Amino acid sequence: MQAMVRMRELWDRLRPMFLTGEAATAANQLFNYRKIWMLTAFGTALVTIIPLLILAVFNYNQYQTALGAEINYPFTRLVSNTRRQLRSFLEDHKAALSFIVQDKSQAELRDPKQLRRIFANLKNTFGGFVDLGLIDSEGVQKSYAGPYDLTGRDYHEERWFKDMATTGVYVSDVFTGFRHAPHFVIAVKRELEDGSFFILRSSFDVGLFAGLIASIDVKPTSDAFVINTEGVLQTPSRHHGDVLAKLDLPVPPPAEHSEVIEVPDLRGEKFFMGYAYIENSPFVFVLVKGKDAMLGNLSTMGNGIIGFSVGSVLYIMTVILAVATYLVNKIYEADLRRAATLHNVEHTNRMASIGRLAAGVAHEINNPLAIINEKAGFMSDLMATAGDFPKRDKFVSCIDSVLRSVERCSAITHRLLGFARHIDVKLESIHLDELIGEVLEFLGKEAQYRNIAVSVQADPELPPIESDRGQLQQVFLNIVNNAFAAMNDGGRLEIILKPQQADRVAVTISDTGCGIPKENLEKIFDPFFSTKKEKGTGLGLSITYGIVQKLGGKIDVRSQVGHGTSFTVILPVVRA
Amino acid sequence: MNVLLVDDEEELVSAIAERLELRGFTADFVTSGKAAVAKCREKRYDLVVLDMKMPGLSGLETLEILAADHPGMPFIMLSGHTEVRQCNDTGASRVCYLVKPAKIDDLIETMRHLSPA
Repeated sequence: MQAMVRMRELWDRLRPMFLTGEAATAANQLFNYRKIWMLTAFGTALVTIIPLLILAVFNYNQYQTALGAEINYPFTRLVSNTRRQLRSFLEDHKAALSFIVQDKSQAELRDPKQLRRIFANLKNTFGGFVDLGLIDSEGVQKSYAGPYDLTGRDYHEERWFKDMATTGVYVSDVFTGFRHAPHFVIAVKRELEDGSFFILRSSFDVGLFAGLIASIDVKPTSDAFVINTEGVLQTPSRHHGDVLAKLDLPVPPPAEHSEVIEVPDLRGEKFFMGYAYIENSPFVFVLVKGKDAMLGNLSTMGNGIIGFSVGSVLYIMTVILAVATYLVNKIYEADLRRAATLHNVEHTNRMASIGRLAAGVAHEINNPLAIINEKAGFMSDLMATAGDFPKRDKFVSCIDSVLRSVERCSAITHRLLGFARHIDVKLESIHLDELIGEVLEFLGKEAQYRNIAVSVQADPELPPIESDRGQLQQVFLNIVNNAFAAMNDGGRLEIILKPQQADRVAVTISDTGCGIPKENLEKIFDPFFSTKKEKGTGLGLSITYGIVQKLGGKIDVRSQVGHGTSFTVILPVVRA
Repeated sequence: MNVLLVDDEEELVSAIAERLELRGFTADFVTSGKAAVAKCREKRYDLVVLDMKMPGLSGLETLEILAADHPGMPFIMLSGHTEVRQCNDTGASRVCYLVKPAKIDDLIETMRHLSPA
């Protein structure tokens, strides 16, 4: 809850002016600031962030391709090399058996002595041979050299023997057979002229393959083994089971060369599988490596790219938002100033036209008014000397009424004329404190009579200003007159004069009068606005406003109902 | 006291003249600046009351000629423009400004101020 309040406070402080300022909702505004801000921010973001993201994705893909090739190459090479070793092992042993079968006759091989000698020579020369046997075309082992007692064994029901009918050389996959130990066999057939044949058969321990594979020394995370084409392990595997167990990975599709593919295991974990089919045998060499172990670098790089992209996007967005906010705020401020200037110009124009009209009317009326005044005055004079006559009192009161009306009319015409007097500015050097003193003299009697305390505080540094004396007198007389009218007897009028900035002076006139309601504050400088009903023309402050503007100054008003009003007139020291 | 009243409105000056005479002044009137200059050359006046705005010679122009002709002569200027009554009676020419229409008592008071005799 408190965090919410704090967030709100922060937002209030950071919120740009154009989102909440008055002009943001004013009817005369030129722009929808919120829309401009969004267009600027998102437009800029679009043209900067999208290329960045495209580049990042492109980079990542390029890197992935390059790194993949880099990782694949040694992997494939290792598979190829091992395949070559396995193949040459098989070929060498096949070749040796083929040579013997062609070189020796069936009779020679049938001789156990001879066979044992040949077996011993083979073992010494090639190694790997577990035993050697001669089998006739009936499938019976006629002669045998090796550790087991297999002479006389009948193989005609065995699968490998049946397969031998169609092929000359046979390599079996790993099986346990009569000896109950995993091994594989290589058998070579020799056709005889009488249509019969005999077979020289030798068996090999799987440990041979296992030793060969162990020699390639793969990392602990990797695994190398041999399977047959049905996916049964022919050598033990580090992670995927023992000999003759079914591999938990899919059997790779047949291929002429070494290949690398990506396969999932039963748990869904991804592996890279390099494999090679070994020709003329049921064996497939397989090298398996976890994908994560292999792509470690790549994922570090990927994380780096993602981190960099996110950081860049955040940084760019921050800069863009700050710049957009700054720019739109500037536009907003300029718009505000424009609106204020427009308002001023409108006001000045209105006042000028009213002023011209008023001056014309006042001049035309003033002369006949003077004649009425003098004629009625003369009548009054005559009656004063004429002695008594019927209804004399009525005549006297009528004439008094005429004279009072003339006075009221002339008050109006003088105000109208004053209103028009923003022409002919006569410049002279004026000490404002003296001028205020002169103005206050006009009201000295009234202040005394109404017990109003008047105080003037002038800053000793106050410079003399260059302005129009008569017009300034009118300005201050108007303001002070209004202050007097607003105050009850016993009020206080305070006038403070002080320099403002280097080239201006400020005169503040504060009263303890009734104050001006907020809704009237904006209108008090408008011509003909009055709260004095019949007593006022509504031109006083309007004239004052016009004169102050004409003199290059500014007038400002602050008021609080029930506490008083304070007018501040700011005038230039030297009129531009 | 001899007073000359100058205003293009004859109805106005004639009435003022009559009112001043009722109060013991000797008052003549003319209706143009030019006539005022001529009148002052044939007769000596203690004070001249001038309207500011007149066709032909304006009040101020007439004042200039008369002040040159008669050094030390006091003047009262009547004007619709003068918001603040003021007297400028320290220099070579002594002039007071009155707002038009002026009350007869104000006029007489100003006349006595400028020409105590």
